[in-house]
This record gives sequence, structure tokens and C-alpha cells, in this order.
Amino acid sequence: MLRDNTSKVVLIGGILIILFGAVAPNWIVNQLMFGFSRALAILGLLVLWRTGLVSFGHAFYFGLGAYTVAILDIQLGVTDVFVRLLGGACLAGLAGFLVGFIMRNYRDIFFAMLNTAISMVLYGIIVKTESLGSTDGFAISLPTIFGVAPETKYPLFVVITTVAIVSALLINFYLKTTIGRLTTPIRDNEIRVEYLGFSVAHAIHLKYTMSAILAGGAGALMAMSLGQVDPDSMINWTVSGELVFITILSGPGNVIAPFIGSLVFEVLRTYAFELAPHLWQLIVGGTFLTIIFFLPGGIWSLISKLGRSTS
Amino acid sequence: MNRRFLTRALGIAAVSSVALTGGFAQAKDSITIAVPSFLTGGAAGPFGIPAMNGAKMVTDAINNGKLPAPYNAKGFGGASASLIELDEGGGATKQVAEYRNLVEKRNVDAIVGYISSGNCQALAPIAEELKQFTIFATCGTPRIFEEAPRKYVFRTMGHATSDNVAAAMYVKEKFPNVKGYTGINQNYAWGQDSWRDFDLTMKQIMPNTVASDKTQFPKIFAGQYGSEISAMSLDKADLVHSSFWGGDLEAFIFQGAARGLFKKKLGVVTVGGTAAYRLGKKLPDGLVLGARGPYGILVKDRDSVLNQWFVNTYKDIYGIYPSGPAYQYGQAILAAKIAYDKAGSDASDEQLADALRGVTFESFSTTVEMKLGGGHQAATENGYGITKYDSEAGENVVTDVKFYPASCVLPPDGVDSVEWINGGMKGAKC
Repeated sequence: MLRDNTSKVVLIGGILIILFGAVAPNWIVNQLMFGFSRALAILGLLVLWRTGLVSFGHAFYFGLGAYTVAILDIQLGVTDVFVRLLGGACLAGLAGFLVGFIMRNYRDIFFAMLNTAISMVLYGIIVKTESLGSTDGFAISLPTIFGVAPETKYPLFVVITTVAIVSALLINFYLKTTIGRLTTPIRDNEIRVEYLGFSVAHAIHLKYTMSAILAGGAGALMAMSLGQVDPDSMINWTVSGELVFITILSGPGNVIAPFIGSLVFEVLRTYAFELAPHLWQLIVGGTFLTIIFFLPGGIWSLISKLGRSTS
Repeated sequence: MNRRFLTRALGIAAVSSVALTGGFAQAKDSITIAVPSFLTGGAAGPFGIPAMNGAKMVTDAINNGKLPAPYNAKGFGGASASLIELDEGGGATKQVAEYRNLVEKRNVDAIVGYISSGNCQALAPIAEELKQFTIFATCGTPRIFEEAPRKYVFRTMGHATSDNVAAAMYVKEKFPNVKGYTGINQNYAWGQDSWRDFDLTMKQIMPNTVASDKTQFPKIFAGQYGSEISAMSLDKADLVHSSFWGGDLEAFIFQGAARGLFKKKLGVVTVGGTAAYRLGKKLPDGLVLGARGPYGILVKDRDSVLNQWFVNTYKDIYGIYPSGPAYQYGQAILAAKIAYDKAGSDASDEQLADALRGVTFESFSTTVEMKLGGGHQAATENGYGITKYDSEAGENVVTDVKFYPASCVLPPDGVDSVEWINGGMKGAKC
């Protein structure tokens, strides 16, 4: 499963980034952690997008993952990074599996808005519940790794990057299996897929659950790298919009794209925030429009063109 | 097309790398202070922009040595400060990421600001982790210094408990015939804390009043309060407490006034100061109005040299009178100057913190004693007044202004606010 070019690039690039992180200044390590954490959720959205489905509510799973980490930390005192990550991803995956029974019956705008509705229910519950931190959220302690509390954030960075590499490889592999290839065909002609002997509902359900697991894991890692959760930054519909934004920015071309797009977004936002504190949203929005007009295939299309012209 | 895009992208990359390296250049005679405040969204107009204006005005005056005595020495310990403006919007988690950028990427010397309690609460532990000298300007939750001792974090205004204790005392003094009270507060920590403090204080000092069992907790930034106003109009309570702020407060006042709510009930707005100048004639007469301390409209006529300088300079530059947030940010910048003057412009974060811990200083409108939270949390007086539209001057004024000293409305150092109120406010000197 590691023979194709994409897998090689993911592996080698990932290892280089892990080495780079050891010497990079703190703020760059932070940006990489935020970028890669979020990229996991984008990876799931990419699979859905290839299938023609855009979810405007994946902050539900992202927030579920993040809040699972918070509850594990505050209520149960769980500090281990892997327990927290698995907790967040599994709970989100379970929720995604259950919600998937409804979602697999809807397409287009109905799919997008139903997801938003569900995410806003969770948002409403958390905002109104004082014991869940209300709008203030919770601070989360730095995770321990195999029982050791790290001095710096580098070990957490290594964990996040490793999870990112493994997820990218798995999704890359999945997209090459028969069921994984059922993305564009479903988007283009569901009836024909059914006639070929595949259940569209099952295929979508599987992809939806996968994307929920990835978004939950993303939220869990994000919560740990930031050390803070709150509903506005984790579950609100603006977060769902952000995820869709980055998906479009990245482009659906390759599993590496979400990682590049996510990093570009993180850097773009940081500099927009720094250079134009009153107008940073305008810069981010302007970039979005530019991408849609001039690079409908996202940043990845630029990279693949470059690659083709050099080879 | 794509080549052009590429060259453009490269151009942007070049510009950003210049900006990046520029961030590291530092001369000894200058310092950078980051000032976060709401620059976008609904809280920008009533809170964020006046706050930023106040910070800019005071910093300019300090850089040029134009503040009245005793602060007429030029600069922050002699160094001239440049401000980095920063948007506070987007939620606490985003602010945590941006705070790390400020410290680790942009290497600012001091961070002075923050309006939202949620942000302050999230950032206090981060500031401690990064050992960054930080002064919170406006945020209100008492929990910041009650939860854990802080070493690098300060707050130069009184916390929310004093707002609500003072409100209850003012009601007792001026409206002793109140029989019952209800409230409309945003359903998040600030609103819940505010209501709890007010309710507990009323139970202590006016035990014969009845708390309504239908208090309203709409969502923050809801904007529409029709059903809540109807419910409160039917309530027997004759007093309505609200800790609404910014755009929510203005919306509530408009909608409540249109339905005659403030004619039937006594309105007590603890963060009303910002609305006083913005709403003009649309602000109903007879509201009990607070400004989270001795700021804004409540102290406009105090004739100390510092206060008159603040009011007049602000009016000259921005065309309106300074509201509370302008004062609060100006006060926090002033505290930064005091720390730098004492510790020197090249002082470490630790030395700056040592310099500010426990000091007492004359601010623009009041005396600030850094005596709570182990010398990190300010204690100031707090007061209320009653709104009245002055048709001759064409502006709102407040009458019957009454201030309560800090020792009357804030718990002693080391005592939890809620416990203090429930214990009958022991040690309060009024």
C-alpha cells in the first residue's frame, strides 16, 4: 500500500517535517500543530466532497472530539494523549455512525443544512449549560505521552504529525479500494452505481462515519495543542464554514492537499490578523474568492500543474 | 494567467517575509505593547473602538511626555512605545492561538487589553505558562485571580462582584421601597455571575424583597428580546437587573423602552455607561446606570487635572466624550507606564510584574489599589447614577451619583466573592 508516489511523499515529507520541528521556532511548531490537526477534518471532508456532498456542520464532530478531551481531562483526570485522541475520535465516530442513518438519505443543500442543524443543537446545549463551561469553555492541561509529562510541545507535535501521516496513508489506500473509488461515480450517477451492484446508501454511510472519526480526532488534537476549548471556536457554524473553506482552498486532488491547504490557511490568517487587524476577515474572504475564480481545483491544482510542467 | 498568479504569490511571500524579519528588530529606546480589543463584530462599536482609542491617546501622550503630572516623564521608563492593534473577536480558543503568536512570533514586550471575560480566563494560564507580563483592562469575571495565584497577570479595574454589590447598595439607598426584583442577563458566565452576585447581595441587604422565579437568560448576541420583555412586564417584581453590554444592551433598551418596560419597572443596568453617549435622547430617563466603576459618564465632571485632561483630549480627538472602555484601557496603559518607570525599559517580565504588584496609583478618574489577588487585582470604588436627558445641552447626564469605596463592595484579599457575599459581607467598610 506504500508503493505509489503519494504515499512516498507523505512518508518522506512527514519525517522531514518531524525533524524540522525539532529545530523550528515555537510559533512555527504551533502553526504546524494547528494546521495538521485541522487537516484531519479536511481529509474527511475531501472524501465527502469527491462524492458530491458538502457538509456545513462538521464542526459537530470537531467540537465533540474537542469537548471529549475537555471532559476526560476535567471530570476523569485523563491526561494520556492517546486515550484522549481515541476517546474523541471514537465518540465522534459513534455519533457519525448514528447520524449517518439519517444523512445518507439526503443530498445537496439538504445534506449541508441538516448537518448544520445538528451541529447547532450541540452548540446550543453547550452554550446554555454552565457545567459544560457555557461560552467560556475550559482550559485543558498539556497531555502526557506514555505517562511522561513533556517539558515542551515538541512530543505532542510528533504525535500529531504521526497521526496525520498515518491518516493520510490510510485514506490514500482507502481511495484506491473498490468501495473507496465510489466517490465520483456516486456524484455523477447514483442509479448507475446501484445497477453495478453497490449500495449508495452504505457507501455514503461509511464515508460519513469516516469523516466523523477524522473530524473528532482533529478536534481532540486541536484541543490538546491549543490547551483551550470553547463553543465559538469549536462548534459554531462558523467553524463548519471554516472547514469547508479550507477544503475548497486545498482542492480535492490528493490526500496531501488538506495538509498544505490547512497550513496555508493558518499562515494566511495569522498574517492577515497581524497586518490588518481591522480588516483581516476581508483578506481571508478575498483569498477565498480568488481561489474560487482562478483556482477552482484549489491549491493542489497549482501544485499538480507545476509537477507536470517540470516532468 | 497561472504564471501571473504565481508571481503575485511570490510577491506576497516576499512581503510577508520582510514583515516577519521586521518583527524581530528591536531598539533599546522603544518597546512594543500589544493591545487586543474588539475591532470587528457587534462589540466593536460600543466597546472595542473606544477602548482602542483610549489606549492610543494615552500611549501617544506618554510617548510625547504630555500627560499631566505626576506622569509627565517622557515614555515608558524612557522608551517610546509602539502599539500593535489586535482583534479580540473569534472566541477564546482563537485568542489563545493569537496570544502565543504575540509572544513567540512577534516578541511583544507587554500585552495590555482584553474586554471579554471568556478571553481573560482562557489567557491567564497561558500568560503564566509563557511568563508574559500582561495587564487585563476591562474583563470582569472575579474567577481569574480567585482560581489560582498569578505571577505575570494583572487587572487594573475592579471585578464584576463590585458592580453588582454596588448596584444592590444603591438600590437599597435610593429606592428602599422596592419589593421584588427580576433580571435579564446573557446566558453565559458573565451574565450568570452578575445575576448571582446581585441576587445574593439583595438577599443579604434587602431581605424583604422577593426574587422573581422567572428571571430571563437569553443567548448572548440574541438581539431580539420581545418575549423576554413581555414576560418581565407581567412579572410582579418592580425592578429589572441587567448586565447586558454593548449591542445587546442597546437593543434591549430600544425594545424595552418601546414597550414601556422602564416606565413600569426600575431598570438597573450595570454596564450602561457605554450606551449613555451613543443613544442620546433614546436612552430612557430614570435608569439606574453603572459603568463598571468610576468611568465614563459617571465621572465626566470630576475636576482633577488628570480627569479633565482625559475628558478634554478625548473629546478633541474623537469628537465624543470618553466612555468606560476608553478609561479602562487608558488606565491599563498608565499602569504599564508605572511598571516600566519603576523597573526600567529593559526590564524582564518578572521585574515588571514585581514593579506593579501591590502598587497604589492615581489614575485618570480614581485611585487604583492593586491589593487583591496577591497584589494583582485592582480595587477601586464603584458607583451608580440615574439617567436624565438634558434637553438644553442635548445630551444625557446622570444625577444622584453615589460612589461606594472599594472596601465596601469588594471582598478582602483571599476571600472568594460568593462566599463573602453569603457570609454577610464581613469586613466591608462603607
